[in-house]
This record gives sequence, C-alpha cells and structure tokens, in this order.
Amino acid sequence: MRIVFEKRKTLSRKAIFLVPLFSFFISLLLTAILLAIFKTNPFITYAAMFQGAFGSWPNFTETLVKAIPLMLAGLGVLIAFRLKFWNIGAEGQLAFGGIAATWVALFWSSFLASWMVLPTAILVGMLAGALWAGIPALLKVRLKVDEVLTTLMLNYVAILFAEHLYYGPWRDPKGFGFPGTPPFPEFAWLPRIAGRAHLGLVFAIVLALVIWFILNRTRLGFELEVIGNNPSAAQTQGIKIAKNIMIALLVAGALSGLAGVCEVTGISRRLQQGLSIGYGYTAIIVAWLAQLNPIAAIFVAVLIAALLVGGDQVQMMMGLPAAMGLVMQGMLLFPMLAGALFTEYKIRLIRPRTSGSLV
Amino acid sequence: MIQLVASLLAITLRAGTSLMYATIGEIYTERSGILNLGIEGMMLMSAVTSFATVYYTGNLFLSILVAMLVGGTLASLHAFLSVTMRANQVVSGLSITLFGSGMASFLGQRLGPESNSGYLVGLVGSKFEPIAIPVFSLMPIFGAVFNQDILTYIVYVLLPVSWFYLYKTRDGLNLRSVGENPQTADAMGIDVGKVRYMYTIFGGMLVGIGGAHLSLSYAPGWTENITGGRGWIVIALVIFSMWNPARAIWGAILFGGINAVQFRLQASGTTIPASYLNMLPYLATVFVLVVLTWWEALSKRIGAPSALAKSYMREEK
Repeated sequence: MRIVFEKRKTLSRKAIFLVPLFSFFISLLLTAILLAIFKTNPFITYAAMFQGAFGSWPNFTETLVKAIPLMLAGLGVLIAFRLKFWNIGAEGQLAFGGIAATWVALFWSSFLASWMVLPTAILVGMLAGALWAGIPALLKVRLKVDEVLTTLMLNYVAILFAEHLYYGPWRDPKGFGFPGTPPFPEFAWLPRIAGRAHLGLVFAIVLALVIWFILNRTRLGFELEVIGNNPSAAQTQGIKIAKNIMIALLVAGALSGLAGVCEVTGISRRLQQGLSIGYGYTAIIVAWLAQLNPIAAIFVAVLIAALLVGGDQVQMMMGLPAAMGLVMQGMLLFPMLAGALFTEYKIRLIRPRTSGSLV
Repeated sequence: MIQLVASLLAITLRAGTSLMYATIGEIYTERSGILNLGIEGMMLMSAVTSFATVYYTGNLFLSILVAMLVGGTLASLHAFLSVTMRANQVVSGLSITLFGSGMASFLGQRLGPESNSGYLVGLVGSKFEPIAIPVFSLMPIFGAVFNQDILTYIVYVLLPVSWFYLYKTRDGLNLRSVGENPQTADAMGIDVGKVRYMYTIFGGMLVGIGGAHLSLSYAPGWTENITGGRGWIVIALVIFSMWNPARAIWGAILFGGINAVQFRLQASGTTIPASYLNMLPYLATVFVLVVLTWWEALSKRIGAPSALAKSYMREEK
C-alpha cells in the first residue's frame, strides 16, 4: 500500500476553514501540556490571558493598539507573498517609515502650516517605507538578487539608523539621557479613538477593504495572481512581471511604513527605543495565518495581538514569562504549516492489485 | 601596535567560533536544498539548555551533547514540515525562530533553581577555558590562534574536513546533487527525502554547538537574547561564503572582526557612531550578494544550490 499526494485543481474550501481551527486547538493543547509540566494550571492561565486581552474595555483597546501595526504590516507582507516575493523586511520598512515621519514632525513645522504637518508626515513616512521595500524589489527584478536576504539585511540597517538618531543627533537634550527624540508638537499627533487606540485602526480597515477589492476585482489583481501562481504563463500572456512586482512591493513597503508612522505619531509621539519590537516579523505570521487574505488579516491581527497582550498580563498577574505569547504563536504555526498540505493536495491510498506478487 | 592586532585577533576568533559552527551547519543544510531560517531560535534554545545542563551537572561534554540534541530536534521539525509536509520553508524557518526564542526565554525563567525563583539569569556555571598550546601560543600576533578553547580548535579542523567532504567524497557529491537537481539525483537512485532529513538534522546539531559556545564560553551564563541576531548573520555568512565551508572562515572573521574593532573603538572613545560600524556587516552582505549574483549570471559559476527552498515531489511533473 502506498500513500500518494495528488495536487487539487482548486484549493479545498473545507480545508481552508478547518486547518486554522484545528491548528488553534492543537496549539492550546500543546501549550497546556507545557504549562502543566511546569506546574501551572493551563485553564487559569488561559482565562487570565483572555481576561487580559478582552476582559475590559481598556484591555481591549490595548489589544487594538498592538493589532494596528500588525494589520498594516501584515497587509504589506501578504501583498508581497502573493507574488511569492518573500519580503521579510516589514520590520525595517516600519522603522524607516517611523524615522521619516519623525523627521517631518520635528523639523518641517517651521515651514509648513501646522495642520499640514501630520498629513505630510504620513505621506513621507509611507514613501520612506516604499523606498525601503523598493531597493530589494529593484535588485530582484533587475539583477535577480535573492530578496529574503536583502530585505532581512535592510531591517538591521534601518533599525540601527533609528538607534543612531535617537542616541545621537536627534536625542532630546532635556531627556536626562533617555534614548529618544524630543516629543512631537501636538499638531503632529495622530488622533486617538479609544484609550491609546488611534486613527491607524480606521486606516487599516479601509485599506484592507481596498486591497481586497484590488486583488479580487481589478486587472492589476488578476495580473498579480497570475504572476504568483504561474510566472511562465504570465510571461506568455504578456504581463509585465517586473513592473507588477515593483508596484506591489512599493505598496507593500508603504503599508509597513504607515505602520511605523502610526507608532511614532499615535503611540510614543516621539522616536524612541522600542519602535522595533518585532511587529514586522509577527506580521509575516499574521499574513500566513490569514492565508494571504486581506480581510482575514484584520481578524488574525487582533487574535495575535491578544496573545501578546495576554502574555504580558499573565506575566504581571501570575509571574509567568511574557514569552508565553511567542511560544503559543509558534505552536499555532506548526500545525498550520503542516495542514497547508491538505488544502493543496488530496491524499489517496493506493493498494497493489495483486498482493504477494511483489518480491 | 602588534599587541593591538594580537588582541583584535583574539577577540575576533572568540566571537567568530559560534558563527563558524552555525555557518558550516547551515551550509550542509542548504546544500541539500533546504533553507533553514530557524537558526536564531535554534541557537537560543541550545544556549539556554546547554547552560542549564552545565549548571546542574557541571559536565561540559554532556551540555554540548544536549545542545546538539536540541538543535537537531528543532531541525528535524523543520525537515518534517518542509520535506514531508512540503510546507513553505521560509515560513517554517521563521516559525522555528519565533518558537525557539519564545521557548528559550520561557525556559530561562523556569529551569533555574528555586533559590533564584526559577531564573537562570545571573547564575554561574563551569565554562570552556582557553588551552594554550605550548610554543605556538607564544608566537607574536598569531599566538592568539593557539590560545583558544577546545571548541575553537575543533572548528579549525571542521572547516577543512567539511570542505573535503563536500567536494572530494562520494557522499558530498550526492549531497550537492540533491540540492542542485533533485530529479536527476532521484533518477540516480539517491533518496532525496532521506538526504534532506539527514543534513538538515546534522546542520542543526552544528548550529546547536554554535549556540552552546555562546553560553559556555563567549559570554558564559544565560542572558535574554544572548545571540543578539547572530542567527540571522549566519544566513548572510552562508551566502558570503558562497556555500563553501572553506570560505566560511573569512565571513566569520569579518563579522567577528567588526565586533572586535568596535569594542576597541568604544574603549578609546571614538567619534565614529557605533551604529554605523554595526551597519557595516549588513551592508557588506547586501553588497556581496549583489556582486555575487551579478558575477554568477555572467560566468555561470556555482553559487546557490539551484533547488534551494523548493520542495521536491516525484509525482509532480
């Protein structure tokens, strides 16, 4: 008897829905075992995590605070991933967007009307993110340089550059040695909606809908899909692959850049240590768990943010390591990755017709 | 001046040892066609578990075995996902890093003794001490090469042996052909899946030693994020060395050397911002990558294994 994998003609609808659900339960189960090994009651822990993330209105707004950058950067990542362009540079694009927005907020107010500063900061920040994604995209389409490495390396460059700025030339002279720039003027603050949750939430939801529409209902979306699924078919159909990759990556970078803009103008209201805390990497997880669907990404981002906030909460309340959230994310991903096989392939058992004829 | 060079060399080698182990390990893995981006997580996990082992048993040899076991286990998970389940290797590797760094941090707060409320941070265990080789270690400048710990001496041997294995033996040829052209390798009767499993796990064991060198020699003890991104640098070093173990030493010296120079400059109170120096390795990698890709396109020289990060299935046409 032999096990054979047969490629499905279309993705299995049932598996698309069931695999994430199963994965979630498997991750709960595995983490519970881990907790039990270290003599911690998993039920109490999960209850505390849930309480911490959703238990009250202020807690929920904190979950949203973490979800917003994950939504925006996650959207950026999924656009690139649809083209099989492995952009793992969202972290750097986010940081560079934040740097650019800081530049505008701190130094442009002398020659801009004050109401223009925030929109300009958003625009310049998005452009900076687009530039940071554009470099690897250009290297890829012109010289075929592997994008995994270039996007990753540029993360470090952007993060170190930000570090240099807030430790060095942009450091707050009145900050008592605190690593950060002076606070932004009030007109450069992104308005907050509830608690610390800011306007970025609206941006993310609107952009998710727009991106869904573009990907599913327009010529550009169709071309991107063909390139991602079958580059040689795209070539024969006369689709301009290089141009499309450039467009998609500039948009992707702009989205991650916007995440960075929102972080500095909406949350910290200055550039400081802690701008880069791994949102860009977690965004990859968000995009993948959402199966590269922009609408799903919004909900997945909230779920992942809840794990992060819940992790912080159990640290404060139960003295459990906050890294619990990361461990759970990992345990959620492994079954997801393994399960993807069932969405793309059918599994069949083939029995030999006459048994015993084989030596 | 001579003293300065000698001390730079000493720091470079100490900083470079864990990089060399992990780089050689990842070269084996990538040569089989599997891209493992989980190195950062694997190094963290083996650093924390090997330190816990040495803290409780005092046995350095045992703790290296534990590190290899942990590195190999995480690598086998990656192999299972990418070979058997044909998962996306980029995402699978990232998940390993995510899981490994979370888990290492978790264990670092749970494996310690009751007296330290479960924490491993701040504890002292035995560590690998430098062993001076008589006569050689007294040489001017290069004396530092012969005044290292045992793990560094082993890596001196591992570099040429790995080169020899890859390029001069039958098994090495088979390994390279699986990474280069799995269809042909399969037709030649090589079990592609088995080879990929083997070298991914073997590579993971070497990565594990790299992680253990950090917590048992370079920066003895456990601190959160002890790797400081070394796992990612390793991915760049593999490219830098063009998938050739003999060249892995240059990358490790370059990156380790930048560490050492920085250390010196900071001590002397320089005006060059440290961040710019820190950027150098990453910018250098991008630059080298561009040049290599360009050069490869021109001369068709062997670089990346052609089937890297592509899953292989016989039924697929």
